[in-house]
Amino acid sequence: MKYFLQRLAFYLFTAWAAITLNFFIPRMIPGDPVQALVTKYQGQLSSKAIESLYVLFGLDKEAGIWDEYVSYWKQLLSGDLGLSFTFFPTPVSEIISESLPWTLLLVGITTVISFFLGTGLGVLAGWRRGSWTDGLLPVTTFLSSVPYFWLGIIAIYLLTGPDSFFPSSGGFDSGLVPAWDQYFVPSAIQHSLLPALTILISSVSGWILSMRNMMVTVSSEDYITVAHAKGLSDRRVALSYAARNALLPNVSGFALSLGFIVGGTLLVEIVFSYPGVGFALFQALGASDYPLMQGVFLIITISVLVANLLADIAYLLLDPRTRKEG
Amino acid sequence: MTQPVLEIRNLNVEYGLGEQAVRAVRDVNLTLHRGEVLGLAGESGSGKSTLAYGLTRLLAPPGVITGGQVVYHPEKGDPYDVLGLSDRELRSFRWAETAIVFQGAMNSLNPVHKISTQLTDVLRAHEPTMSEHSRNARAREMLKLVGISPDRMDAYPHQLSGGMRQRVMIGMALILQPQVVIMDEPTTALDVVMQRQILGQLIELRERLGFSVIFITHDLSLLVEFSNRIAIMYGGRIVEEAPAGSIYRDALHPYSKGLLGSFPALRGPRRELTGIPGSPPDLKGMPTGCSFHPRCPKAFDPCAGNIPVLGRPGTPDGSARTVACWLHPTEQPVG
Amino acid sequence: MTIPTSSIEQVIPGQGSMAQPETGRPAKAKRQRFRFVSNRKATTGLVILGVYVLLAIIGPWIAPYDPGARGGNLVQPPSADHWMGTTHLGQDVFSQLLVGTRSVMFVGFFAGIVATVLSVLIGVTAGYVGGKTDEGLSALSNVFLVIPALPLIIIITSTLENAEDWLIALVIGLTSWSWNARVLRAQTLSLRRRDFVEASRASGERTWRVIGFELLPNLTAVIASGFVGTVIFAVLSEITLAFIGVTSNTTWNWGTILFWAQGQQALAQSAWWWFVPAGLAIALLGTALSLINFGIDEFVSPRLRSAGKTRIKTTSGRTVRMRIGFTPVLSNSPEPHTRARPVPGVDPHGATPVVRKEVAP
Repeated sequence: MKYFLQRLAFYLFTAWAAITLNFFIPRMIPGDPVQALVTKYQGQLSSKAIESLYVLFGLDKEAGIWDEYVSYWKQLLSGDLGLSFTFFPTPVSEIISESLPWTLLLVGITTVISFFLGTGLGVLAGWRRGSWTDGLLPVTTFLSSVPYFWLGIIAIYLLTGPDSFFPSSGGFDSGLVPAWDQYFVPSAIQHSLLPALTILISSVSGWILSMRNMMVTVSSEDYITVAHAKGLSDRRVALSYAARNALLPNVSGFALSLGFIVGGTLLVEIVFSYPGVGFALFQALGASDYPLMQGVFLIITISVLVANLLADIAYLLLDPRTRKEG
Repeated sequence: MTQPVLEIRNLNVEYGLGEQAVRAVRDVNLTLHRGEVLGLAGESGSGKSTLAYGLTRLLAPPGVITGGQVVYHPEKGDPYDVLGLSDRELRSFRWAETAIVFQGAMNSLNPVHKISTQLTDVLRAHEPTMSEHSRNARAREMLKLVGISPDRMDAYPHQLSGGMRQRVMIGMALILQPQVVIMDEPTTALDVVMQRQILGQLIELRERLGFSVIFITHDLSLLVEFSNRIAIMYGGRIVEEAPAGSIYRDALHPYSKGLLGSFPALRGPRRELTGIPGSPPDLKGMPTGCSFHPRCPKAFDPCAGNIPVLGRPGTPDGSARTVACWLHPTEQPVG
Repeated sequence: MTIPTSSIEQVIPGQGSMAQPETGRPAKAKRQRFRFVSNRKATTGLVILGVYVLLAIIGPWIAPYDPGARGGNLVQPPSADHWMGTTHLGQDVFSQLLVGTRSVMFVGFFAGIVATVLSVLIGVTAGYVGGKTDEGLSALSNVFLVIPALPLIIIITSTLENAEDWLIALVIGLTSWSWNARVLRAQTLSLRRRDFVEASRASGERTWRVIGFELLPNLTAVIASGFVGTVIFAVLSEITLAFIGVTSNTTWNWGTILFWAQGQQALAQSAWWWFVPAGLAIALLGTALSLINFGIDEFVSPRLRSAGKTRIKTTSGRTVRMRIGFTPVLSNSPEPHTRARPVPGVDPHGATPVVRKEVAP
């Protein structure tokens, strides 16, 4: 429990650091992005909306930095992330709450599948060293060096087309309205297959390699020899002794590398025009839509922190040494 | 004492293949008799642990057994060669007939499983018909036998002290009542008091349960105290084998004498500590002839040229001991 | 986006002993370094990397065309004139690739150096000094570790207008040092407890001497592997930034090529020559760097070395596989391997003793 609380405190601290970073970055932007917007939408912006944008960008010349920081937090806690320039005048929070489920489902599910699949293959490759599984290694090394988005491009080039089963872009058929019905759900699944496959192929190799190396390292531990000496079945030694221990560093590796993986997967959304936060970020970049960019960064960071916490809980359950005695 | 339980015949073990292979165990012949404690001593690198793990094919790659037999005499039935068993047969042979107490109790237990799991999975593998309840009862009984309170069944290895972990390992080794228990430096990680306590307990258990022990250590004084017979290894070969008392009183091989001189005796008259000059031989480039001759204080003509073979010396107690040394002419080779 | 595998375990508290690299004393290091070069994976990686470095230097001179110069042949497949075809403006893709190498390599190495210097400063200090300093620095690296680096880099560079390569490299370097710092801290902690470091501390050596002469030589492998890992990350990040159009598209790098290919519907026109070469160039560079890192990993923890010959023939002609738990038995004949004769009756007292030098005690 103590371990868990420590981790929780750490993640809260990190969230605070990320939000503070987010507060300072826009203050580096040269010029006055808000003024440009105000001029563009002359008369359409309420004075309250202008006010809120000024707080976000720190252009309120009269307020001190501390006051700005306090009002930034107030605004954030009330769920106000400002208005998006690109989808004017939709609030950023609305855009994010629409796109986040897409990303969570696509990236979340594929990352978890990739972790389990890669770990499983890594167990095989590490345990049966010198067998056919060694042939996997050069392939996985190459695949893990390919940028996610380029693999996406190749997938679109090779697998999509006018009469292909795979759609080349979007999250669902353009004629449909998002709803949990028999038309929309299959279409959404069909659209997510290729992006998911892309993420899977490029991220699975990392897990294979690290789990294989961990298995090789663990295999020469004394307790593995003991397990063999005890006359246990090969399966039991491989899974319950070797893999069970090799899994621990891989799970913490999972937590630590989430930040990297999520970064890569956002780009897959861009290539496939998939309606998640990565695509939203891309659209925001094109239009210098700073409020949306910041909102996306914030939500990605918080999602990664939550995922990290989940991985920590998994580690806690897997390693008895982190549990408190008694 | 006369009936053999395990006979090692010309066992050869190498690490690596072809030209770069290192011969770690060379033509070792050794017999373990029913109910005895056979001590195996030697400096590190002498091949004693390799020999012990080679017996049941537990050496990790690149270890290779290049020849020899390990003949096991079961309580009932005909003797058979352990090295000739199929993987499946070997699996059921392991632990049921020969169990091992490993060096360094710290890493011998799987850190992520409770000790109850690690005790009962042996039973599950070897006696699949046993009920869960009787497996647990048996595990609890073993803990009690080695002096650990059965309520520690649910403890994880990291919650136990080093001595307790080693006791768990001993309990685990005895759970299937094997004929042979191999102990590889079982107490080196422990303090002296704990060492003696655990060894004393083991000897007592041996008297009750009647298994034989191969006890491997570099600490000859422990062996003199706890074993019946002692075999001394050097450079992958056995250079002398004799009853513990004979080794202690009049070791014949200069190397045995040197080893004895490097440890303080816990009992008996005081002796001067001397130690052996030089360092153990490099297994890659063994000296010709007797591998000990470059360090031997008594080396003479034939030592550098020819390998002396283990045989019975012409001493009065010569029928009970063997030695491989040019200083001690032997009548007939053994093995 | 690979994870340096050997480093994970070293980071995990309680798993340390399992993965302690057998770091030799400085004197031994030279011979080991030589052995590293003889590692096949590392050599392959270094050779490929060498070719890239060479191209980064001479690329702009040997490029057949000006990468930005427009030509008459629009979106042409590879031909003798244009080895990798042309773009929508008739630009030569091969020249773009050659010229772009310099920017990619520059950003990769510059960011790698920035991140490595930072990680050594922060990681080694934290591990060596300990106490409150360690807690503070560790918390800092952990924060940077869990904040998703790529989105952060995107946000920061998007606020910079027309950032030069060195500025992009700086941003990448400043945000990607944390993993290495963490690994270095763990390594320093374990080295600090070794005898030779304790000894020089106890003998009153100055701190900077202990760190410079005792610690750093033994951290070389870890630092090198961290550097290589950061270069991979930096290269991918730079290309990503160019691909999504955050950075200026006036200097050429492989991401720029992909940006135009994506933006000008190369896919719809089936112009595979436009986007395949750049991606392969990235993948090959990444593979080379990964291979170097595998070499370092295997050098640091010998257990990972590939098993070598794993199938062997027994005397009876069967083939067995080397594996843990079942040592192969090549022959189980009870014949001795050495033909030793019984010791005949030699009188030891009458024989001449062997003359040899006294062995020093």
